[in-house]
Amino acid sequence: MTPRDTSAPPVELAAARETAALPALAVRHLTVAYHESPVLWDVSWTTPAAGLIAIVGPNGAGKSTLIRASLGLVPKVSGQALFFGQPLSAVRARVGYLPQRSSVDWDFPASALDVVCMGRYRLHGWIGPLGRRHREAARAALAEVGMADYADRQIGQLSGGQQQRVFLARALAQDADLYLMDEPFAGVDAATERTIIEVLRILARAGKAVVAVHHDLATAPDYFDHVLILNGRLVGAGPMDSVFTPENLQRAYGGRLALLDQAIEAAARAAAGRRDAQA
Amino acid sequence: MTGLDLETFLRIDLPGGLSAMLACLACGVLGNFLVLRKQSLMGDALSHAVLPGLVAGFLVSGSRSTGPMMLGAIAAALLATVLIQAARRLARLESGAAMGVVFSILFALGLVMLEQSHARDVDLDVDCVLSGQLETILWLAASGWGSLADPAALAELPRQLVALAGMNLAVALFVAIFWRALKLTSFDPDFATALGFRAHRFELVLMLLIAAACVAAFEAVGSILVIAMLICPAATARLLTDRYGVQMALAAGISAATG
Repeated sequence: MTPRDTSAPPVELAAARETAALPALAVRHLTVAYHESPVLWDVSWTTPAAGLIAIVGPNGAGKSTLIRASLGLVPKVSGQALFFGQPLSAVRARVGYLPQRSSVDWDFPASALDVVCMGRYRLHGWIGPLGRRHREAARAALAEVGMADYADRQIGQLSGGQQQRVFLARALAQDADLYLMDEPFAGVDAATERTIIEVLRILARAGKAVVAVHHDLATAPDYFDHVLILNGRLVGAGPMDSVFTPENLQRAYGGRLALLDQAIEAAARAAAGRRDAQA
Repeated sequence: MTGLDLETFLRIDLPGGLSAMLACLACGVLGNFLVLRKQSLMGDALSHAVLPGLVAGFLVSGSRSTGPMMLGAIAAALLATVLIQAARRLARLESGAAMGVVFSILFALGLVMLEQSHARDVDLDVDCVLSGQLETILWLAASGWGSLADPAALAELPRQLVALAGMNLAVALFVAIFWRALKLTSFDPDFATALGFRAHRFELVLMLLIAAACVAAFEAVGSILVIAMLICPAATARLLTDRYGVQMALAAGISAATG
């Protein structure tokens, strides 16, 4: 990290403010294929600069792929992803990542604190023991997700929800401006779900952007302000109230109606709630 | 201990024993990362796949000196690693199958090269590769404890022992410098890549180091024991602890002790 120059002239401050208003993530004409069958087809999408943003869509719609291709973890056939108006390599320190919990081996000999400390590796550098400042930051992140008492527990001995919180703490420890989260609510208990959404709301209030793959249509309108609906192609994107509509969901999910009815009810409830809050 | 016994010990027992210990130590420490990455079979694959490189190194240099054979082995290991990656991606093979295909082809190629060349006559035979030749590692210049401080006698140390000592130094430095990077890339390579660390390139370096350690250890203990030492100490340590640091230390201790 470069130390901030406190005597920066006002011109640069204005420039910095302008940067802050740039979309956190913008993908242009993104196409991704696994073994020649396309998973994402020509998706162009721009997120707001801040806020809670959901990616929804049926299984195989390319939700995780969109995140992973943006981060360069799977090769793109064509298209590009810009973070805060720049390629990822220029702004890596501002981008946090929470992978799917099932993507790693939880039997690995590491404690919860070890894993959260990994979020600080980029800030500290790859070589040499991690400084006290970074260990403290990792402990603070664990405390934020209510896991302070489990710092020294081996990760395999934690419940699924606790493991998810450890991953969330690791992302928080990255101290980023944009967080890409791959199914943060998958397979967690109710208490963990509440903790996670509280943490996400705190992030949003602090002016950060969170892009999360989300499966539960019933909670999506409550939890997020913006939404991208995917089905291989882009179905709809924008503010929750105007995009999370029966028509768009029908187009994305096809005939799975039981699921849709719940989602539409939830959307109506959430929209009513927002109107009440404004009134 | 009489003078003669001491001399025998220094000339015959010490270099052999020390070589075995160093060979096992280098493999045991590196084997940790194979076991933690669930790539235990990779040790087997690499130790077979280096054979054509060993033979090529021998044919080019005409001698059994460590340098050219090590270079050949590293080149073969590089080829093997790249081929395994390619087989996984292009032919959509799961990693075990990809390793199996690549290492058996390379090993067969090595055997053909061995038979077709004159290498057979000069004691580069299969027995040596399979079971090692610990009994040939001798320090004939030793005459007593004083030899350990005598530069002339030390210069006569068996080259296998020197190569193994160098290998252990390299492994120790690598693990110490990349302690956290090894932990992160073993646990969550995608997250490492997202942070900007070139996890795939780093894995390639790790595999080459493992191949080099295998070759350095071959002559002492043979390929069968090398494969065992890559897996067994780490797997044993994994059953005994849930801590990364303890895991490393235990595996090192177990492998040195068994060596």
